[in-house]
Amino acid sequence: MKLAYYPGCSLKGTSFEYEVSLLKILEAMNIEIKEIPDWNCCGASAAHSINHNLSVALPARNLAIAEKDGYESVLAPCAACSNRLKNAAYELKNDDILKKKITDSLEMPYDSEMSINNMLEFLIGTVGKDKIKSMVKKPLSGLKVASYYGCLLVRPPKVMQFDDPENPVTMDELVALTGAEPVDYSFKTECCGAINSLSKPDVVMALTGNVLYDIKKHGADLVVVACPLCHSNLDVRQREIERKYDEKLGLPVLFITELLGLSFGIDPKDLAIDGHMVAADRVLKKIEGLANQR
Amino acid sequence: MSRIGVFVCWCGSNIAGTVDVEKVREEAAKIPGVVSALDYKYMCSDPGQNSLRNIIKEKNLTGIVLAACSPHMHENTFRKAAAKEGLNPYFVEIANIREQVSWVHEDKERATAKAVDLMKMMVEKVKRDRPIEDVRVPLNKKALVIGGGIAGIQAALDIANGGVEVILVEKEPSIGGRMIQLDETFPTLDCSSCIMTPKMVEANQHPNIKLYTYSEVEDISGYIGNFKVKIKKKARSVVEKDCTGCGECWNACPMHKNVKSEFNVNLSERTAIYVPFPQAVPLVPVLDRSVCLHFKKGGKCQKCYDACGPKCINFDLQDEIIEETVGAIVASTGYDLMDTSMYGEYGYGKYKDVISGLQFERLLSASGPTEGVIKRPSDGKTPQTIVFVQCVGSRDPEKGVPYCSKVCCMYTAKHAKLFAHKVHGSQSYVFYIDIRSTSKGYEEFVRGTMEQDGAIYLRGRVSKIYEDEGKLIVKGADTLSGNQVEIAADMVVLATGVIPKKGSDKLAQMLGISYDKYGFFTESHPKLRPAESSTAGIFLAGMAQGPRDIPESVVSGSAAASKILGLFSKNEYEVEGTIANVNEATCVACFYCQRVCAYNAISKKEIKDRSGKLIKVVANVNPGLCTGCGACVNACFSKSIDVKGFMDDQIYAEIKALAV
Amino acid sequence: MEDKDVKKEEHKAPKHGGDNSSDPRIIAFVCNWCTYSGADLAGTSRMKYSDNVRVIKLPCTGRIDPLFIVEAFKKGAKGVLVSGCHPGDCHYTSGNYHSRRKYATFRDLLGYLGVDLDRVEFSWVSASEGNKWVSIINEFTDKIKSLPGKSTDIFTKK
Repeated sequence: MKLAYYPGCSLKGTSFEYEVSLLKILEAMNIEIKEIPDWNCCGASAAHSINHNLSVALPARNLAIAEKDGYESVLAPCAACSNRLKNAAYELKNDDILKKKITDSLEMPYDSEMSINNMLEFLIGTVGKDKIKSMVKKPLSGLKVASYYGCLLVRPPKVMQFDDPENPVTMDELVALTGAEPVDYSFKTECCGAINSLSKPDVVMALTGNVLYDIKKHGADLVVVACPLCHSNLDVRQREIERKYDEKLGLPVLFITELLGLSFGIDPKDLAIDGHMVAADRVLKKIEGLANQR
Repeated sequence: MSRIGVFVCWCGSNIAGTVDVEKVREEAAKIPGVVSALDYKYMCSDPGQNSLRNIIKEKNLTGIVLAACSPHMHENTFRKAAAKEGLNPYFVEIANIREQVSWVHEDKERATAKAVDLMKMMVEKVKRDRPIEDVRVPLNKKALVIGGGIAGIQAALDIANGGVEVILVEKEPSIGGRMIQLDETFPTLDCSSCIMTPKMVEANQHPNIKLYTYSEVEDISGYIGNFKVKIKKKARSVVEKDCTGCGECWNACPMHKNVKSEFNVNLSERTAIYVPFPQAVPLVPVLDRSVCLHFKKGGKCQKCYDACGPKCINFDLQDEIIEETVGAIVASTGYDLMDTSMYGEYGYGKYKDVISGLQFERLLSASGPTEGVIKRPSDGKTPQTIVFVQCVGSRDPEKGVPYCSKVCCMYTAKHAKLFAHKVHGSQSYVFYIDIRSTSKGYEEFVRGTMEQDGAIYLRGRVSKIYEDEGKLIVKGADTLSGNQVEIAADMVVLATGVIPKKGSDKLAQMLGISYDKYGFFTESHPKLRPAESSTAGIFLAGMAQGPRDIPESVVSGSAAASKILGLFSKNEYEVEGTIANVNEATCVACFYCQRVCAYNAISKKEIKDRSGKLIKVVANVNPGLCTGCGACVNACFSKSIDVKGFMDDQIYAEIKALAV
Repeated sequence: MEDKDVKKEEHKAPKHGGDNSSDPRIIAFVCNWCTYSGADLAGTSRMKYSDNVRVIKLPCTGRIDPLFIVEAFKKGAKGVLVSGCHPGDCHYTSGNYHSRRKYATFRDLLGYLGVDLDRVEFSWVSASEGNKWVSIINEFTDKIKSLPGKSTDIFTKK
C-alpha cells in the first residue's frame, strides 16, 4: 500500500520528537511512508474558526495532491491535522456544492475515498497489533503508563469514526502491547486547554493540572499522548503547574511512538526522548532496572 | 337499461346561492338513462328523504345520484334511505357540489357548469354500479393475549370476566411483567406487589383463562375471527401439575453463584433451577438448561431431582407446540430499558455504584436483593448522597432516542422520595431537562419530593461521572444559575430510556401489524383508534405501543378487552363490501397482488376438477382482511382483480364524462 | 380595487394561445381519506380557489392506475393532479408509497408519449390541509394556463 505522510507544522517544529521517533520505529518495522510534496498548513485553530471555506480548502489541497500522486492512505500523526483532514474529507463527501467551490478554487479534482488516519488508527489498523507485538524486544512490564487522548482524536465522533469518544481504549491497547501496564483514570478525554496555552495560561494550567494530578493519583509512571498540542500543555506547563499548586508531579510525557520505540529496544537518544521539558531519566532508569531484573 | 334518478339539493342557499340548481336538474334530465330529475331545498331532511324513497318506488329506479354535500356527510343517510326501498345501498352516488363547488367558487355560471360536470360523472358511475353485499365473517369467540404484564393481565381478566375464553402467553417463567419488579408506585406509593399479586393470582385461577408461561408465540396465520396460533411451550423440566412450589429443588441446586438474576437486574444471583421471585405465578420453577450442571456435565448432577418430594423434575421434557384458534388478539409485549453503555461518560458498567432506575427499584423492594435496605452494590454501605440523572437515552437524538420515555420524571421523584424516607439525613440531587408530571396527583407528588423531602433539582445535563477516593464525582451544568456543578455522590441512578421489548418487531411482522421506526406497535389511528392495530382483530395494549405509566397501561388493557368483547357480542363480523374481487378465469397466478397487499389479505387458491386434479392456482381475497385500498388492482398485469365500487370501467366512465 | 380587476383580466387572458389554455380542464385523482377530506375542509372553511379542477375520488392513491392519467389527457384534460396522504400517513399503510414509486417510473413514459411533464403534478395533502389544497390547485392552474397548449395534441387529434 502506498502511504502518504502529512507532517504538519508541529512535527517539524515544537514536536520534532514525534517525527523523529515515528520515522525511527517505521524504519525498524520496514514501513515506507512518503511526505506529501509541497504540503501546506492544515488550517487548524486559525482557519477553522475564521473562514469555513478556507478551513476546508487548506486540508483539501493536501488531500488532492496525495490523490493525484496515487496514495491510498494518508497518515497525519498530529491529532489536529488528522482532525482537519478528516473534517474536510467528510464535508467534501457530503456537500456537493461546497466540493465544487473548493475544487474549482484549488484547480484540482478531489474524488478520493482515501483513508485518513491519525497515529493510533495507523498503528492499530494499518500496521497491525501482530506486527507491533512481534517488534517488542524489550518489554516494559512493570511500567505503569497513562494514555491521554484529549479531544481531537475522537471528536466529533460522526466525523472521526474512531474508538468510543467517551471511553477510548486504542492507545491503552498499544501500551499493553509494549508489556507496560495501562493505567485507568478518569480524565482520559478531558480538555487540556489546547490553544489557550498562549492566551489564557491560567485556564490551561487548571485544566491540564486536573488531568496530570488525576494521572499521578492513579499511580502512573509516565503519560503517553498522540497529539502535539496535548504534549506541549502537559509537558511544557508541568513545572508551572507544580509551582502553582505546590505539589510535585514529575510525570514525563512521551509520544506513543517514543514508548513503542523504547519497547522495540531503540536507543532513547535516537527517539529524541531527551528533547522534552520533563526529563524522562528516572523512567528510563526504571526501564533498565526492570530489564535487568529479568 | 338504467333507470337513474338525479336529486339536486339546494342546501338552502348554501348550494343554490352559487349554483343554478334548476339548470343542473335540466341538464340531468337530458342524460340518457335518467328517468327522473328533481331539485329540493333540503334533500337530507325527512321530506327530502321521503320524496327520494317515493320516487325509487314510483319510477322503479336502478340507481341514484345526489348532487349535494360531501359524501363524507350524508352518503350513509341516503344509502340507508335507498336500502329501505329495497335498492342496493351501493347504487347511491354523491356528486359533491357543495364543498367542491358552491362553497369554493364565486362565479355562478362557471360553478353551475362544474356542478353539472360532477353530476354527469356520478350518473356515469352509478350506471356501472354492481350490487355489493357486505361481507360477514364468522368469529371464533376466544382471545389470545400476548404478554402477561399489567396491560396483558388486565386485558385477559376483563375479557375473561366478560365470559370469553382467553389464552394468556408469557415468555418469562412468571407473569407480572415489569410492574412486579417495581417497589412502590407513584403517586400514591402503594406497593406494587401488593396490588399486582392478587391480579396475577386471579389470572392464574380464572376459569376462563388458560395460562402459558415460559412460552412464546411461534406462528400466527389467518384473519379476524379465525387466527391460527402456534404456541411454543418451552421445556421447563418441571411437570407443572405435580409441582407444589415447595422450594426444595432450588435450595438443593449447587449452582448458586455466577448466574445473575434477571429479575433483580443482575444485583443478585440465582440458581439453575429457580423461580424468578418468591411470589411468581405460577409458583413452579424453571430449569435453565444453559447453566444447569446436569445438562453441561453429562447428566451427573441431579441434586434437585433427589430433593424433590413429588418427583416432578423431568430432565427429558421437550419443547411442546400447542395449536389454538382464536378470534382476536391483544399484543401487549411491554418494554425493555435502553443499553446505556453508549454513555461512556456516565461509567455505567464501569463503576458498580452507577445503576439504572430499575436496579434502584430492586434495591428499594422488600423482596429485593437487599431486602429493601438501600445498599451500594460495591461495598454494601448505605449511601448518604445519591445523584439521579434523568433523560439518559431519552430525548437525545444523537446517542439515544428522540422521544420522551414519560415515566422517568415520576419514578425519579419517587426514588428521591423513598430514599429520603429510608435514609434519614440523606441528600438527593436530580438532574433534569424538564419535569413532566401531567396526570392526576403527579405535580403535587414531584413538588412534595422537592419541598418536603428536600431533593435538590438541577436543571441541566451531566457531562461526566468519575470515581475519586470512593466517591462518584458528578459533573454537570445547572442551567438555571448558569454554574457548573460538581457533586460527590455515593451512588448515581440513571433514568434509562424505554425501548420496545426485544423481538417485538419480529412479532409485529408475524402478526402483520405495523410498527414505528423504534419498534413500538402503531395504532390504526393515533387518536381515534388507539386500541386497534392496523390489522383487523388485533388489538394493542401497554408499553408495546409506546412509553406510558401503569394507569395508562391498565386503561389500554381494558380498552383492548372491551373492543374484543364488543366484537364478540355478535356472531359474525361485518365488513363493508367494497373489497377486492378476483376474476379467477383470467388470473395468471403471478401473485404480484400478494406482494403489494399491506394486509396479507391475498392467498393462493387451488382450483381442482371433480377428480381432485389441480386445474390452476389463482389469487384469493380474504374478505376478513381486505380493506379495499386497491393497491392490488394496479399491481395486476392481467386485469384480473378489481375493487368493488371503484371498478376500472366506472373510473374510465367518470373521466369520459369530463371530456372537453 | 382597480388594480385587482386588471389583474383578474390578465389572469383570464390566454398567454400563449392554443386551444383551451385560457380555460383548461384539470382532473385531480385524490384519495378518499386525506386529500378528499382536505378539499372538504377547504369547502367548509369557504376558501376560494380556481374552478377548473374536477375531482375523481378513489379509495387510495395506490388505486390510481397510471392509465387513468393517460385517459384523462386523451379526454382533453390539460393538467392532471394526483394527491394523497403524506408519506407515513396512508390510511392503508403503504398505498401512497406504491403510488409514488409507480409515478416515478411512469413519468418517463408520459414524457415519451409527448406529455409535457409540467402538466402532471403529484402532491400530498392531508385532511387538515385545506389551505394547501387551495394553493396547490391555484398554482397548478396558473402553471397550466401559462403553458403552450400544443404539448398534449398527441392525445387530442381526432
